[in-house]
Amino acid sequence: MNRPLYALLIAAAMLSGCVTINIYFPAAAAEKAADRIIDEVWQLKKEQGAKPEGNQP
Amino acid sequence: MNALKRIALLAALVASAAWAQGNLEINTPAISQIKSGMQARHAQLAPHYASGAVGLGADGAVALRDASAVPLAQRQAVQGLVAQENADRAALYREIARANGHPEWEADIRNTFAQRWIERAQPGWYVQSGGQWSRK
Repeated sequence: MNRPLYALLIAAAMLSGCVTINIYFPAAAAEKAADRIIDEVWQLKKEQGAKPEGNQP
Repeated sequence: MNALKRIALLAALVASAAWAQGNLEINTPAISQIKSGMQARHAQLAPHYASGAVGLGADGAVALRDASAVPLAQRQAVQGLVAQENADRAALYREIARANGHPEWEADIRNTFAQRWIERAQPGWYVQSGGQWSRK
C-alpha cells in the first residue's frame, strides 16, 4: 500500500537528479566553445594540440 | 522488467550528464553573424592591441586603456571600434546562453570567455586582472 509513495519518491529523486544535471553550468564545454569561437574571430590555427577533442569520459 | 526499467533510467541519466559536459551549441545563424562581424573587426583592432591602446578586460570586454597610444585623428574611430566590439561580445554571450536554453548562463559564459581571451592573447597585448593591466 506504500507502493505509490515509493514510486513518487523515486520519481522525485530522478527528476531532481535531471534538473541538477541540466542547470549545472558546463564549464569545460563552455571553454571548448569559447576556444572554438576565439580561433575563428582571431583566425588562429590549431597549432597547440593542448586540448585534444573527443576524449571526454 | 523493473530492473530493466531502472537500467534504462540510469542509462538516460548518464547520457544526459555526458551531454551536459559535451558541447555547447554555437552553430546558430545569430551566433555566426556576430562571429563574422567580430572577425572582420579584428583586423582593425589588432594593431591597437599591439600598441597597447586597447586591452582585453577581465569582464570579457575590450577597453580603450591608453588613448594616447592612438593618433588624435584616429581616436574617435578606435572608440567606435571598441564600442562595437563590446556590443557584439555582449550579444555573443547572450546568444550562446540562449541557444543552449539557459539565458541565466550568460554571466558564466562571459567569465569563461574573459579567461580564454586573456589566456590566448598574443605576447605584447595588454590584459586585465584584478583591476590591473599587465602586458603579456
